[in-house]
Amino acid sequence: MSDTDVVIRAEGLSKCYTINHAAKPGTIREAVGHNARSLWSRFRRRGGAASNEEFWALREIDFEIKQGEVVGIIGRNGAGKSTLLKILSRITEPTKGRIRLRGRLASLLEVGTGFHPELTGRDNIYLNGAILGMTRVEIARKFDEIVAFAEVDRFLDTPVKRYSSGMYVRLAFAVAAHLEPEILIVDEVLAVGDAEFQRKCLGKMEQVAGHGRTVLFVSHNIAAVQRLCSRGIYLQQGRIVAQGASHEVIDRYLRDTSSPSGKSRWNYARRSPLIEVENVELLVNGGRQNSVPAGATATFRVRYRCPAPEKLPEGLECSFIVYGQGQKLVNFWSNAGRGRSFPIASSGVISCTVPEWPFRTMPMTLQLHLNYRFDNLVDLPDALAFDSADCDRFGTGTVPHITEGILLLPHQWGES
Amino acid sequence: MPELIIEASRTEAHYWRDLWRYRELLGFLAWRDIKVRYQQTVLGAAWALIQPVATIAIFTFVFGRLAKMPSGGVPYVLLVMVGQLAWQLFANAFGGASGSLVGSAHLISKIYFPRLIIPLSTLAVALVDFCIVLALFAGMSAWFGNLPTWRALLLPAFILLALLLALGAGLSLAALTVKFRDFRIVLPFVLQVGVFLTPVGYRTDFLPNWRDLLALNPMTGVVEGFRWCLLAADQDFYWPSFFSSIVWTVILVVTGLWYFRRTERLFADVI
Repeated sequence: MSDTDVVIRAEGLSKCYTINHAAKPGTIREAVGHNARSLWSRFRRRGGAASNEEFWALREIDFEIKQGEVVGIIGRNGAGKSTLLKILSRITEPTKGRIRLRGRLASLLEVGTGFHPELTGRDNIYLNGAILGMTRVEIARKFDEIVAFAEVDRFLDTPVKRYSSGMYVRLAFAVAAHLEPEILIVDEVLAVGDAEFQRKCLGKMEQVAGHGRTVLFVSHNIAAVQRLCSRGIYLQQGRIVAQGASHEVIDRYLRDTSSPSGKSRWNYARRSPLIEVENVELLVNGGRQNSVPAGATATFRVRYRCPAPEKLPEGLECSFIVYGQGQKLVNFWSNAGRGRSFPIASSGVISCTVPEWPFRTMPMTLQLHLNYRFDNLVDLPDALAFDSADCDRFGTGTVPHITEGILLLPHQWGES
Repeated sequence: MPELIIEASRTEAHYWRDLWRYRELLGFLAWRDIKVRYQQTVLGAAWALIQPVATIAIFTFVFGRLAKMPSGGVPYVLLVMVGQLAWQLFANAFGGASGSLVGSAHLISKIYFPRLIIPLSTLAVALVDFCIVLALFAGMSAWFGNLPTWRALLLPAFILLALLLALGAGLSLAALTVKFRDFRIVLPFVLQVGVFLTPVGYRTDFLPNWRDLLALNPMTGVVEGFRWCLLAADQDFYWPSFFSSIVWTVILVVTGLWYFRRTERLFADVI
C-alpha cells in the first residue's frame, strides 16, 4: 500500500508572479492614471495593464514524499525553494497544479516569527508557539523543556529586546524545535546562531527526523543536508532537475555549482587557443567547497593546460574577481603590488589564498582573467558560483545583522 | 489523519473551520496588543484617559459654552462624554483594523493562518480603551446624579454595532492598503471629518432640519443609541438613525468580508 505512505504529493505545481514594469502598482494614483476600466481590472485581479511580465518561480513540479522521509531541497538562490515552501505552508497559493497533504503540517520559514521585542521571554514563548500552531496547553506542557533548551532561564522575565542576538535565536529555535507536527518544513534556520548552537539544532533536527516525522529541509549548508536527509530534491530555475537519494542529488548540485567541468558549459567572454582552463575551484581550509564562512582560509584555484608553453615565455598574470550583491567586491590580481607572473608549463595550477575570508553571507560569483603581458587571453565571467556565509568570527556568540555591513574584519580597540 | 488539498482558489473550503481552529491565536494576538500597549508606559492606563478627557473638555467648552448648544437637561459634559465613548470605540477599532495587515506583514509572509484573525484581534485593544473611559463615565455619571436605568442593559448591543461597523469598514480598508498604500490616508481623513459629522459634541434632536441628513452617517445611530442607553433624561429613541446604522453595518460588513476574502490569498505576494 505505497499510496498510503505518501504524505505529500505535488502534481504539476506552478507559481507565477507578475512583475509590473511600467508602474509600481503600489499607489492608486498611478492606477487612476490609466483609465477606469484598467482600475477596475486592477481591483479585480492582479495586473491587467499591458506592461506586466510573468515570472514563473516554479514550473510543473511533481514529487512525492513518503512518511518519515527527511528530504533536503537544494538549489541556488532564486531556484524556487522558498516559493515551494511558501506554497506548502499555505502562505501563498499555487497558480496551477495541486498538492495533497496528509497530516498536520508546521512550517518554520524563519525563527522567531512574531516575536515581540517589548514582551518577555516567557510571553514570547506563548505567543510564538501559538503563531506556529501550538495550543496553549501544549506550550504549557513543554514550557520547561523549551526554556532548558534555549538556556535562557535567568532572563525569562526580561523583554527580548534586551536579549543578545544569540539568546534571541536560541529561544526562537527552542520554541520551534518543540513543535510536534507530522510534517515539518524548515527553511535555512540553521544558518543562525553560533557554531555550538548550530550543532545543537542539528542534533534536534536529527531527533525529530528519528521519530518518524516527515521533514522538508531547505538549506545552503550542504553538509547539514548530507547529514540529515535521506532524499534530495534539486531545483534549478523553478524546475526539478534531480531528485532521489540525497548523496546523488548533492553530487549533481556540487558538480553544477562548484566546478562546471564540462567545458561546453563555460561561457567565455574571451578565450584563446594558447591556454585552456580545465577547472576553477574554491577550497576552504584546504577542502573543496561551494560555501566559504567568514574568517576561513579561502583558496581560488585554476587548473590550466597549455599546448605550447614556449609561446608564453614571460608567464601569465592571473586575476580572480569576486562579485556579490551586484557589484565588484574585490579583484585579486597577481600583478598588483609586488607583481607576479607565473611561469607556464604544459599544465599547471595557479592559486590565490585569502587567509581570512572577510565577507558575510551572500551569493557570489568569481570571474577569472588570465593575461599575457598586455593581452587578455581568457575572460571567464562565471568561472565559479559560490556562497559566502556568516559565522561567529569573534567568538562572541552573536553575529551582527547583515544590514550592519557586509564584512567581518579582525580589528582591535585601544584607548589612551 | 487530516488530508488537505492545496490548489489555486481552494482555500474557501477550510476557511471557517480554520478560523475556529486558530481561535487561540486570535486570543494571543489580542493579548499581545493589549500588553504591549500598556507595558513600558509610566502612566499605563492613564494614557487611555488623557486623550478622550482632553477631547471631552474641549468639546464641552466649544459646543456647550461657546456655541451654547442645548443639552436637553443633561449635564453637557455627560452628553459629550457618551458621544466620545461611542466615537472613540469606533475610531480605535476602525483605525486598528485598517492598519492591522500592513502592521503584520512579517507574519503574513511567513506563516499561514486565516488572515481575518489579524483585524479581529485589534478590536480587543479598542474594547479595553473603551472600558477605561466607561469606568470614568460611571464615576462622573454618579457624581451628576445620572443613575443607570434598565436601558443600560442594551448597551452591549450598541457596542457590538459600533465594532461591526468599524470592522466592516476596516476590512476593506485593510485589504486595500495591502495593495495600495495610499489608502492609509483615508483613515485620518475619515476620523477627522467624522468626529464632527457625528453628533459627538452636540445632539441632533434640536436640529430638526439636519437630523435626517445626519442620520445618513452610520455613527449617528450608534451615538444616539449610546445616549439612549446611558443618559436617564434621553427617553425617546430615534429609529431612522438606528436603521441607517444597521443598514450601513450590514452593507459594510458584507462588502468588507467579500473583498477581504477575495484578496486575502494574494496578501503574501503583494504585501
